[in-house]
Order: sequence, then structure tokens, then C-alpha cells
Amino acid sequence: MGRYVIRRLLQMIPVFFGATLLIFLMVNVMGDPIAGLCGDRQCDPATAAQLEKEFGLDKPVWQQYLTYMGNVFTGDFGTAFNGQEVTELMANAFPVTIRLTLVAIFFEIVIGISLGVLTGLKRGHPVDTTVLLLTLVVIAIPTFVTGLLLQLLLGVKWGWIKPAVSTDAPLDELIVPGLVLASVSLAYVTRLTRTSIAENKRADYVRTAVAKGLPRHRVITRHLLRNSLIPVVTFIGTDVGALMGGAIVTERIFNIHGVGYQLYQGILRQNTQTVVGFVTVLVLVFLVANLLVDLLYAVLDPRIRYA
Amino acid sequence: MRGATHAKWAALATAVALAATACGGDDSGGGGGADGIVSSSWGDPQNPLEPANTNEVQGGKVLSMIFRGLKQYDPKTGEAKDMLAEKIDTTDSTNFTITVKDGWTFSNGEKVTAKSFVDAWNYGAHLKNNQKNAYFFGQIEGYDKVHPEKGEPTAETMSGLKVTGPQTFTVKLTQKFSTWPITLGYAAFSPLPQAFFTDHAAWLSKPVGNGPYTVDSYSKGSQMALKRWDGYPGADKAQNGGITLKVYTDNNTAYTDLTAGNLDLVDDVPASQLKNVEADLGDRYINVPAGIIQTLSFPFYDPAWNKPGQEKLRQGLSMAINRDQITETIFQKTRTPAVDWTSPVLGEEGGFKDVCGEFCKYDAAEAKKLVAEGGGIPGGTMKISYNADTGSHKEWVDAVCNSINRALDNDRACVGNPVGTFADYRNQVTSQKLKGPFRAGWQMDYPLIQNFLQPLYYTNASSNDGKWTSPEFDKLVNDANAEPDIAKAVGLFQQAEGILRDDMGAIPLWYQNGSAGYSERVTNVSLNPFSVPVYDQIKVN
Repeated sequence: MGRYVIRRLLQMIPVFFGATLLIFLMVNVMGDPIAGLCGDRQCDPATAAQLEKEFGLDKPVWQQYLTYMGNVFTGDFGTAFNGQEVTELMANAFPVTIRLTLVAIFFEIVIGISLGVLTGLKRGHPVDTTVLLLTLVVIAIPTFVTGLLLQLLLGVKWGWIKPAVSTDAPLDELIVPGLVLASVSLAYVTRLTRTSIAENKRADYVRTAVAKGLPRHRVITRHLLRNSLIPVVTFIGTDVGALMGGAIVTERIFNIHGVGYQLYQGILRQNTQTVVGFVTVLVLVFLVANLLVDLLYAVLDPRIRYA
Repeated sequence: MRGATHAKWAALATAVALAATACGGDDSGGGGGADGIVSSSWGDPQNPLEPANTNEVQGGKVLSMIFRGLKQYDPKTGEAKDMLAEKIDTTDSTNFTITVKDGWTFSNGEKVTAKSFVDAWNYGAHLKNNQKNAYFFGQIEGYDKVHPEKGEPTAETMSGLKVTGPQTFTVKLTQKFSTWPITLGYAAFSPLPQAFFTDHAAWLSKPVGNGPYTVDSYSKGSQMALKRWDGYPGADKAQNGGITLKVYTDNNTAYTDLTAGNLDLVDDVPASQLKNVEADLGDRYINVPAGIIQTLSFPFYDPAWNKPGQEKLRQGLSMAINRDQITETIFQKTRTPAVDWTSPVLGEEGGFKDVCGEFCKYDAAEAKKLVAEGGGIPGGTMKISYNADTGSHKEWVDAVCNSINRALDNDRACVGNPVGTFADYRNQVTSQKLKGPFRAGWQMDYPLIQNFLQPLYYTNASSNDGKWTSPEFDKLVNDANAEPDIAKAVGLFQQAEGILRDDMGAIPLWYQNGSAGYSERVTNVSLNPFSVPVYDQIKVN
């Protein structure tokens, strides 16, 4: 197991460098970031040159990348165009998005798995059909439609929530945005769990457990659910990174000043330092989440052991 | 199992409902009356908040609240009135003697003196400070020493600026510029306290100025709370207790928050809501002309677009655009069809006049004729370039192209050419990569006809992106700047505008209006000619 973890960690290094290099190249290919800084008029050439020097944009891209990566390892992610340290932006944005992601994951696990178990055990029952139809509807509707609709109904028409989340983004204000962010994944979790449960319900070990006279809840939680969760855990694990990066739409709708918002701003203003910094951290989150998923397999199914 | 799941569902539903209702409270508070706090939508300023480094509306809003300069533009008429200037004297339109009013202080108690201005201007002009508005000081003698076009600065201060007394200083310009004092209301010319120079980082995190408001707290990227400054010596004291500027990720969300009663003021009604705004807000919706004009520029640097006789082509294209229809259907009347290259906010005295005449009227038959006489569209198809990320430019560019195609009876005459981001768009514009017409916008810095013409159409001027050039135009602009009589100067500028029309150096499209909406909590809301709310006059019920 130890060797497996080390091998996995080593594999993460090229992925990390490759991903950041790609992002770096992509942002740079888009052109001169200084051009957009002066609004609808041309920056005077002297100031533009001075700014380029300050942000290191006058050097060739490979050199910029090397300097950048060198700084990253000392915890220096550079400065955004408005004069703020990127680390400061991260310190503000990540806690908010992590909270939002946790709310979303919570809904995925609780609602998604419960519904999945329920429908998996009752295949063909009206409850099953209803839930299946509902998940189909949720998957088919884009997030921004669900988001704007809930915002309009709950926020403006009925006044249950505030349509815009405040600066501190406390947990209670993140419930609706979290639900919106989770909605599509939630539907997938439901369907995945349902299929998995329905399949394993006829497995030998479940029949054995029932024959032994074990109580129903014990059969379901200890035997049936535990084995059925492996694909679900894989999905939720990889979803952590996807949710954090994909929160752009939800964060914009609900005025959440998180990672998605900073990334969006960074891309609009073509702020290399912000975009690459945030993506670098997201890549790390993605890699760690995947590693944890792989390690969880062994916990769920002792037959899976890594040399 | 079934029961258990149901119980979970019910518990969760109640938890959601409880938490949701618990956060329905109101925190915009601060009471009503003269101490009431107004909450207003805001966008994250693009650059650090320094007077000479702020060139967009969001940072400009803050500067308009915490700074007062030598001149102040009247929020209604745009007229430049003395604020901190006791008097500005000149005999030759080149040398100016400025006396600063006594008795003004910064909100930290420091006195506003002649030095506060001279130091601030020298800071703004110096190359090493990276100030994006540095070129505003370009007319002052010695600017080329502190801000050379190439190489290192050879001086620390501009030789044309001299402090002659505690409250007086002199300015020497490099050439005659009779209307120069009118430019002094622009935020870049604000005075700065010593604290700005001694602890720059602290100042940036909590700016100190001399205006009717002080910064109470500022968390970058999310919110700035401004409080009324009771020690403010000016006549335009704040009528409310303060303004809270909230950064919104999207102006649609700000609008939604306004309709839900959580926000008092939105100064940018999103295009997608214009259809509902009358129904949502009634007379709490403001739509007034602002000093912004949108035009189509041509790539005069491209030989294909710079042949003799092509002025007929450009004039024809201008006549092929149905401005009335586009402003009405696409912009819901938040734009006014253009009749010249300036803006209605200047007023007739300031130089606004129907110079364009028939060339800005839709006439399909004449348009077709002129385009043919002008040699037709180079290459048969022209692409209008625009940035697709903000400002709903796609809609109107497509509409303009449709209008041209219909007028010329040619489906392939015009197509839109979207560019992904504003930065990339500006990059392609300034590096002269565009091979066809492109959208241009100009927001005035100060209400002066000079500001609409010189930076945009003078040979090699800072914003002359299309590289249009005309010696006659340049001469008339120089003459106008040297003319001490303002009315005569305006006349000369209008003559210059006539040259611009005859060659159709750029097609004027429409003037942009400022739009705002406000809640029932506040009254006396208005927009100034820069489309920025007049915050100090807002009253809270």
C-alpha cells in the first residue's frame, strides 16, 4: 500500500507540470494582456513597456514559466493587475468555494444516495419511475436555468432567501446555491446508486446474508450498500475538482465571490498570474481527490489491495 | 427503510426552509433620514485606486466621492465650476497661475495646499509609478523628461510646475491650450495628502482624500463602505450617512437584488432587463444621455482601405445603417442616434451640433450609389470586429451588418467578427491586425469638444486607432486650442469636425445613455454627464 501511494504521488508530478504549462501557454497565446488595461484607448507605449517589465511579460514564455514555477514553490503566486497578491485573492476565494463545494457534496451524498437506494430497491415501482423521470429532467436542464429560476422564485417572488449571497458567504446562504451546483451530479449519483444496488441485490452474498436471517437494515447498509458504493465514490471523488472549477456559473448567478468568480475575472482581464495560480491549485485539488478515491476503494472492498 | 428515507427528506426540507428564512433579514440598515446608508452596486476596479491610475467607471465612482479637485463639473450641465480653485489666471493660454482656496483639509486633518497638487501631478506623470492616466499631464512642460517615450526618465519632477506660495503655484504648458483649466475637474488632477507618499500601501488599502466621503472600510474585491465626512468644508455636503458599494459578480444579480429590495441603487441596468425595467421600477428608472459615443473606425493603415475616393464608400456605409431602428429595437432607446462626433451633454454652447447631416440618415438608394462610386467594399466583404465578452456588442454589430446588407442588396457585404476577450481585442486593434472596420467607443474625460476630437482623430493621437489623418483637421484643432475666446474655439473645432465628416474618418453610430434604477428607500437620484450617480445628493427616506 505504501509503495502504491508513493508511486501515485510520483505520477502526479508530470501531470502537475503538464497541466500548468498548458494553462500558461493558453493564457499567453491570447495576446498582450496589457492592451486591455487602459480601456478603450491605447496605453502610452512607455507605461505599457514599464508594466510589462514589472509583470515579467517582456521575457520569452518559457522563461516566464520557469520563473513562475520557481516562485510558486516558494509560495509566491505573483500579483494581480489590481495590485493584490494572488495568494491574498486565493485566501479570500478558496474558503468560500470549499464551503460551497462541501454543501454540494453533502447534498449529493445524502439526497443522491438515499434516492438511489430507495429506487434501486423498488425497481419498477411508481416511486422509481418518478425519481428516474425527475433525474432526467434535472440532467436535461442547464445549471444556469435552475439557478436563475430558483433565484427568481425563492429570492424575489417569495422572499425566502436573499437573491445575492453576502460577502462572508455564511453556510446558510449557500444552501440554495449548493443545491443548484449539486443538481446535475446529484441526479447522476442517484442513477449510479440505483443501478448498482439493483444489480447487487441479486448477488449471492446478499442472498446469503438474507438467508442467515440478518435484519433488513443490516443487509442493506453493511452488505448491499458497501459493495454498491464503489462506482459512486469514484464519481463523487472526481466531482470534487469538477465542482470547484465548474462553480463559475453558480457563483456568478448568486454573487458568490469564490474561485469561479476570480477565474472569470482573470480570464476576462487576461490576468495570467490569477488564472494560472488558481488553476494550479485546482489541479492539485483534483489530483489529491483522485488519490483519495483510489485509497478509499481498499476500505470499501478489502479484496482490492494495491501492491 | 422507506419510512427512514422519508424522515430524512422531511428533516432536510425543514432544515433548508429554516435556514433560508433565517437569512431573510435586512443588513443594509443604518436607519433613514440624513444618516441613512445607501447601498449601491459596484464592480471590482481594474487598477489600484489612485487618481492618476483610474481610467474606468468603477474606480472613478470612488474617486468622485472621496476627492475634490480645482474644478468640479456640474452634475446637471457638465459646466466646469471652481471648487478648490480660488482663481486660475493666464494672459497667454500657456502660463497659468493657480490659487488654491484656503481652509480645505484632507479627511486626516492635513491641509490642502499648492504642494498637494504639484506633488500629486508629478507623481501621476512619472514613468516609474506606472500611472495609466499619465498622459493627462502631457501638456505640461517637462513631461517628456519624467515620462520619455523610450528609455529612463531624466528628471524627477516636471519643470513646468512650480510652487510659488503656500496656496499658489504656476503651470507652464508646452503649447497654447486655452480650455486647459476646464480639464482640471478630471480625477487625475486631484490633490494627494503626504500620507499617500509616506505610506503608499496603507493609503491604497484605505484611501484618504478631501471629498464629502471618507472610506470607512474596504475589503478588496467585495465591498467598500464610505461614510459621510462631517468635517467636509465644501458646499456639496453629503445628504446621506454614507454609501456602501457592493461588488457584484454579474449586473443581472445586482438588478435582481434591487427588485428583491436588498439593494438601493443599480447604475447599470443589464441589457437583458431593459424590456422589464419600466414594469419593475416605473419612474425609479433613469435613462439620460451621457458623454459616450460609439463609432465604427476604419483601418486607414491598410492600403485597401486608404485609397483616394473611398470617402464615398465610407459615407455610403454610414447611410446604409438604420440608426433609428437599431437604437429602438436592440437598445430599447438607451442609445440616441448620432448626428455628430461629440455628445449631446456638451450642449449647443459646448459644441454639440448636427454636423453629420444627411450622411447619418438612413437612405438605402443613396447608400448603394455612394458605395459603388467609392469603388465598392474592398474584397467584396467587410468584417466588423468587436469583443464578444462584454457590452452585448454582438447584437448591434449583427444588426448593423444586416442593415448594410439590406441597403446594398448584397448578403455578403458585411459580417461580424467576434474577438474573445477585451484584452485580445484591444491587442489586435493597437497592433493594427484588423483588416476591416472595428467598433470604437469613447467616454469623455471632461465635457469639452476638444476631448471628443483631438485624442481620437488628430494625427497619431493616443486613441487614433484607425490612423486617420488630415493636415487641415490638425491645423484647425491647433488653432482652436490657441484661441482664447471659448465660443470661437468651439467654432473652430466644429470646422475641424466638418473635415472629419467630408472624409468620414469614422462613422458615428449613437450616443450612449446612462441607465440606473433605485429602490423606494431613496430619492433624489440622478446621473451626471459621466453616467456616474451623484451620490452626495441621494436622500434616504
